[in-house]
Amino acid sequence: MSTTALPSYEDATARYEPVIGLETHVELGTNTKMFCGCPTEFGAEPNTQVCPVCLALPGALPVANRQGIEATIRIGLALNCDIASWCRMARKNYFYPDMPKNFQTSQYDEPLCTDGYVDVEIDGETVRIGIERVHLEEDTGKTLHVGGATGRIHGATESLVDYNRAGIPLVEIVTKPVPGIGAKAPEVARAYVTELRDIIRSLGVSDVRMEQGSLRCDVNTSLNKPGEEWGTRTETKNVNSLRSVERAVRSEIIRQAGILDDGGKIVQETRHFQEDTGDTRPGRSKETATDYRYFPEPDLVPIAPDPAWVAELKAALPERPSAKRARLREEWGISELDMQSVANAGAVELIEETIAAGASPAGARKWWMGELARRANETGVELAEVGATPAQVAQLQALVDDGKLNDKLARTVLEGVVAGEGDPAQVMAARGLEVVSDTGALQTAVDEAIAANPDIAAKIRDGKVAAAGALVGAVMKTTRGQADAKTVRDLILARLS
Amino acid sequence: MAAISREEVAHLARLSRLAVTEEELDRFAGQLDVILQSVARIGDVAADDIPPTSHSVPLTNVYRDDVVQPCLTQDAALAGAPDTAEGRFRVPRILDEEA
Repeated sequence: MSTTALPSYEDATARYEPVIGLETHVELGTNTKMFCGCPTEFGAEPNTQVCPVCLALPGALPVANRQGIEATIRIGLALNCDIASWCRMARKNYFYPDMPKNFQTSQYDEPLCTDGYVDVEIDGETVRIGIERVHLEEDTGKTLHVGGATGRIHGATESLVDYNRAGIPLVEIVTKPVPGIGAKAPEVARAYVTELRDIIRSLGVSDVRMEQGSLRCDVNTSLNKPGEEWGTRTETKNVNSLRSVERAVRSEIIRQAGILDDGGKIVQETRHFQEDTGDTRPGRSKETATDYRYFPEPDLVPIAPDPAWVAELKAALPERPSAKRARLREEWGISELDMQSVANAGAVELIEETIAAGASPAGARKWWMGELARRANETGVELAEVGATPAQVAQLQALVDDGKLNDKLARTVLEGVVAGEGDPAQVMAARGLEVVSDTGALQTAVDEAIAANPDIAAKIRDGKVAAAGALVGAVMKTTRGQADAKTVRDLILARLS
Repeated sequence: MAAISREEVAHLARLSRLAVTEEELDRFAGQLDVILQSVARIGDVAADDIPPTSHSVPLTNVYRDDVVQPCLTQDAALAGAPDTAEGRFRVPRILDEEA
């Protein structure tokens, strides 16, 4: 391990050109598993959503779920892919207890969808990300490692396996390598996963929640000197949020640049992203090359989508999220850059729903992109998981519009909402945060402030209106912020004119 | 020329986690070779107009509807397992055996 200080990100990207690639797994939201009728609901008791097929009991035979095939084709179409007219599932053989069959049913050299693209916008520029393939496979069971430290596989004495997840349809989306994006590589990676998530969510085929594992992302990164061949790539796994996608690429660029600066070589390996430190660490090194011995799955007949059906699915695709964003940008009257931040923050639908719940576009955007985005960023969760709903934000803004809350109080109320104390009106009532609208009480506070600050009062009487700010501050202090600053100011000026 | 080498058989045995003795390797390599040679003869008789076949039935697009079917109970699911704990299948340590 080198002790040389790592280069800065700016230095690293000045000396080297990154090439990235992304592999994304999406768990489909079908009612049942891909090859049997077991339910897919999250959180059931272990091994209660299993049957002879997904437990690989002798003689059990799989039958493909039509909905899983359809969802995969729709994802392919939305990503501008060609849909295979004929393809087969394949067995990916490996020895690991997360699949009781000792193989995973997947696709190998005949993916259902190939050769598409996704366009993402970075600083007003369009970057086209090529899609190599979209294929259908099945999820694995969950292993619980016991006897070692903190549930890790290293040092574990045994593992406990739950096959409820085994067999849930999983769609793998693989990009082509993306070169030529320089220092923007981390941003491009994040924008791509965001766009992909938005597209898939718009199709309604998955809830695509990274923190729940229904959207998982592996990031490949390599560096090369300008004009030279592409470098050796590493694959970073365990990237569980949009923010982590960006951080993982960035830290991997810095790490690799440090090694190359020292004249070292990049080892082709799987690394794991560390959520706490933001860097990547080597995963388990496999001394033997993987040998999955793929072959066509004999128990499932070939998939040959009827071109008329595919055309029908294509015609019925929903509005593309990018087109929708352009439309909403018009409706909300905001700049392209602002819309970009809204999209990158995952706030498009949230703001849309907040407006539908009665808020003005400006009001809705203000809360989601301000307080709530800041909080989501600080706590490292997706904006949608921050703890406030569009209906609650709309209610908060209505309380502000009605003059029951000022800006400062509204922020305190929002904290309560996020902390799970209830709707804004409930939090306001429970915490006694309503603006003091009783002019009698306010007038008393104003008179007290004037009496306590005769010098300032004198200045205002002499026409130095700007000095009123100090008295407003004093009144806000005695009312613990629960007054409307403009009303207070008006009362002070009226008294001293 | 053998269709499968002794080394390939050893490799497959390791991938399948089968402990195979030296004598068994010789014996299985010979037996597997006979099987593979026999299968290879089919390739000899297949004419150019016969496409490679992976499925014995001439069917495509056999699907089921996305409708939930009854599952096994946890007890039934675990009934055949050599060992269980906390409603789960209990398996030996995973990493060590690769060393």
